[in-house]
Amino acid sequence: MAQVHLPTALGALVPGLPKRAEVDSGTVSEVIAQLNARWPGVAACLCASREALRPHINVYVDGRRAEMTTPVNAASVVRVLTAVSGG
Amino acid sequence: MVLLGTKKGAFILESTVGRKQWSVRGPYCQAWPIYHTVFDPATKSIYAGGGNAWFGPGVWRSDDLGETWSQSGEGFSYGDDGPRIDEIWHITPAQGALYAGASPAGLFRSEDQGKTWQHVASLRAHPSCPQWTPGAGGLCLHSLIVHPDDPQHMWVAISAVGTFESTDGGQSWMTRNKGVRAEFHPERYPEFGQCVHKLLLAADGKQLYQQNHCGVYRSSDFGAQWEEISAGLPSDFGFPLALHPRDAATLYVVPLNGAIEGRYVPDARMVVWRSTDRGDTWTPLTKGLPGEHAYLGVLREGMAVDALDPAGIYVGTSTGQLFGSNDEGESWQEIAAHLPPIFSVETAIVEG
Repeated sequence: MAQVHLPTALGALVPGLPKRAEVDSGTVSEVIAQLNARWPGVAACLCASREALRPHINVYVDGRRAEMTTPVNAASVVRVLTAVSGG
Repeated sequence: MVLLGTKKGAFILESTVGRKQWSVRGPYCQAWPIYHTVFDPATKSIYAGGGNAWFGPGVWRSDDLGETWSQSGEGFSYGDDGPRIDEIWHITPAQGALYAGASPAGLFRSEDQGKTWQHVASLRAHPSCPQWTPGAGGLCLHSLIVHPDDPQHMWVAISAVGTFESTDGGQSWMTRNKGVRAEFHPERYPEFGQCVHKLLLAADGKQLYQQNHCGVYRSSDFGAQWEEISAGLPSDFGFPLALHPRDAATLYVVPLNGAIEGRYVPDARMVVWRSTDRGDTWTPLTKGLPGEHAYLGVLREGMAVDALDPAGIYVGTSTGQLFGSNDEGESWQEIAAHLPPIFSVETAIVEG
């Protein structure tokens, strides 16, 4: 199972969402879909569309900046981070 | 209660019927930028629409007068080929449903108290949509009226686009900008492209008013024709508009010095202007408002009335002051001085 690390701020928006979750391998898009099936609302917060992350949401797979199509394998660590932004 | 949307969350201010002493609580909604906070008297819920830089547009709901909140952005999308939605600008509860206006402009409807939202695609299907061009405030749908006696009869207003009317519950839309100037446009009176800043329907259900980038206007035929009523005001430029809760002839505006002159109150004196004759004549209201060195601005949703008698009037500034009057504008007090920039002001009467 791949490990997903989620931003604390997301937990304030999605009831019950943990900081870490285990998911099946696939792509980043499929990982987010798995999370959304278990904790509805995650996808709306992270994705601008089915094909794109929101501009200030950064996803890293095994330390490398990822996109929705990036593969996630069973040993991967996926980190979802909120970029420097706001004012 | 006075409900505020600010750059750093929603706030709730509470008082008794006399409206002299106020308490402030907030910020709510994780200090998101909140463009509109509104009370639904039918369900006693509070809704707050906004969006933050990371997680996008959302509507927050509280069923306990602000103690606890839940958020949903489910459905705020124009599809994979459409523009990305950044914020929710306006929420209107209407006869069991909720409507939300977004930026870039579009209309959404919820039938489950804001848990999920459906795009009302007819508005962006209007033939003018490809030519909608944002102004400095973006392309926000900030005014949304559902006629209280006829839910099929609706109006929306979009900055830098203008006013639309629907008589079939939002299935089709017609531009309603005749008689409204657009001085920044190559045509002075185009079919659309007018920069409406606030659109409201009076208590009689007949009289429409709008504060525009280029003047204040009234329409007595549901928007088919507009008549300018700016004469007597110090400027034709301003953002907010408020209407008396019972008298359709009484309205309030806060003119600013001009679109390219700094956008603060003329001569740095805070003045609310009132008309009691549908805009034929205007009276300045100043008692208790700062009379010098007041470089204040008020945004599109920044003024509201309450339904008490005499009516209360509330004005929130883009630098975080909230002024209130408990006597229809005759006298004012500063209710709060150091809030975040205020985007919206609404009121609610709650039995306590």
